[in-house]
Amino acid sequence: MYTLMESVRSAFQAIRAHALRSFLTMLGIVIGVMAVIAVVSLIQGFSNSVTSEFKGMGANTLTIQSYLPRKDRLAGKIAKVTPDDLLAIQHDVSGISGLSPILPVGRFYGTVKYRNQTTNSQILGTTPNFALNNGQYPDRGRFITPDDDLHHHHVAVIGITLIKKLHLPADPLGQYIQISGQWFKVVGVLHPRGQILGFDLDNRIIIPYGTALSLQGAATVPNIGIQLNINNGKQTDAVVERITQILRRSHHLKPGQDNDFKIQTPTQLLGTFTSVLNSITVILGGIVAISLLVGGIGIMNIMLVSVTERTREIGIMKSLGARRHDILMQFLVEAVTLALIGGVIGVLLGYGIGMLVAHAVPQFRSAYVPWWAVALAFGFSGGVGVLFGIAPAAKAAALDPIEALRYE
Amino acid sequence: MSPESVLVLHHVSKQYVMGEATLDALKDINLSIYRNEYVAFIGPSGSGKSTLMNIVGCLDKPTSGEYILNGTPVAQLDDNALARIRNREIGFIFQNFNLLGRANALHNVMQPLIYRGTPLSERKRMATQTLQSVGLGDRLQHLPNQLSGGQRQRVAIARALVGKPSILLADEPTGNLDSSTSRDVMAMFDELHRHGHTIIVVTHDQNIANHCRRVVQLMDGQVLSDTANAIEGEPQEALRRV
Repeated sequence: MYTLMESVRSAFQAIRAHALRSFLTMLGIVIGVMAVIAVVSLIQGFSNSVTSEFKGMGANTLTIQSYLPRKDRLAGKIAKVTPDDLLAIQHDVSGISGLSPILPVGRFYGTVKYRNQTTNSQILGTTPNFALNNGQYPDRGRFITPDDDLHHHHVAVIGITLIKKLHLPADPLGQYIQISGQWFKVVGVLHPRGQILGFDLDNRIIIPYGTALSLQGAATVPNIGIQLNINNGKQTDAVVERITQILRRSHHLKPGQDNDFKIQTPTQLLGTFTSVLNSITVILGGIVAISLLVGGIGIMNIMLVSVTERTREIGIMKSLGARRHDILMQFLVEAVTLALIGGVIGVLLGYGIGMLVAHAVPQFRSAYVPWWAVALAFGFSGGVGVLFGIAPAAKAAALDPIEALRYE
Repeated sequence: MSPESVLVLHHVSKQYVMGEATLDALKDINLSIYRNEYVAFIGPSGSGKSTLMNIVGCLDKPTSGEYILNGTPVAQLDDNALARIRNREIGFIFQNFNLLGRANALHNVMQPLIYRGTPLSERKRMATQTLQSVGLGDRLQHLPNQLSGGQRQRVAIARALVGKPSILLADEPTGNLDSSTSRDVMAMFDELHRHGHTIIVVTHDQNIANHCRRVVQLMDGQVLSDTANAIEGEPQEALRRV
């Protein structure tokens, strides 16, 4: 115990005696750890903001969308979830509520005009249930109503981005905007939601589903998304099973043929997202681990030099009665101390960089350093210290005292 | 064997193998050193006195023969046990002082106590006391390069003494000192001898050897003569150079 404390004291002494060299040696670890912490803090911060976004959706909300594997899509196949599917689900599935279709106008974005301003926006035709299912309510004015849907009213609820883009008045209620060549009256402004991954969630217009259907015309069958709520969370599997049956029948899928649609719960959506983020974290972590290894090799190199330089000192200590493991411990502690100091500096710098980037780039809302990342960074730098310190320390411990004392 | 003997060398030989050739550094040395003896190993370079000192100091093991230190045969001991003996039984004093350059006088003297696990406060007390006894009570915080040669050697002597070893083993202790400082250091050894320490001084200098009560003269790895010094501290000019 005393020897360990002495080793730590002596390690700090040795590190201070060669301050510049020690700093340069640590630099590899500093940069490695800094990169880990910066990357992890940004990804975790991003992940947190997305997770809270998903939580806006009800836990029992199902989303049904058409889905084709990439190779089928390339083969020219088309999959659709149709308004007929919606009706079928409405009639034949029990224990559900809040059924709401989502029909995008335009492939992804549609064109919107106001006076001489034109912009692109996500335009969704849907029903009043949408607000409930997605926790998206208007700040001002009103949401669309069943009446709007039924009578194909030309009304729109807009996100705040559009006020800016179209140079609408600060209070845009009652203004008319043009979508697909038709005039829509602005009746509400949605509560702002911010951005995810450069995707502006406020660049969105919501119009009645019926109106959106009539915009598309009767020539093509539209491909819609469907959201619905399951009344009793325990019946989720049964409801999913039932919907799958209905859709397979109406899509004329033979047994053994894959579904051409996807039924997802928010948990699943979040799970997919999280697993993607996790693999990104692992890959980046792997790259960063390599830089830590390089840092470790730097430490080993300097420790080997240091052992040679201090051969005589080792001889003196052996003549004073230091055992092999006393010497081993001293050099090992020195390597680990170097690595850990590097780790501390790296964590601080990495966190600082994460915060800076989070402030500078709006997509990353806030940097967040989870405790496991800090623990991992320290554990790893300590481990690197042990791994790359052991060889030089063993070399020092094995020195012959007479040879070492004679060393000039 | 007298119960008073601190160390006994029994037919001790040391050979170094250098490629094809074998070098006999020590040939059949028989020697006993008793408590409170003040012995000089004297001889020219290559006479084997350094090898003998390394064996006596447990830094090296004999090729053959027996070395018994305080009744313990050293040959069977492993590395750790040898380190323990160096730590507790031997106090080394070197020609070039061999102080730890980054540590101040106090820490240098505390160093051997670390290896026997003495608590810090006790270590500090013992080291301070020992440094005061060699007249360096006001130099505790000085680094070796802030001390004169004589002061450095006194730090080294304090470091050798602090663990209360059975033997003080001094290798050319005045080799790097001027003549007046040398006299001071030797006077200190004389004083330590009077206080009951067992001291072995390895030297090639007859003047230094003359301080000792017993002179073992080595030549080509063998004991040439082993004589008692009749007169205390009086130089014998006739034996100036062997």
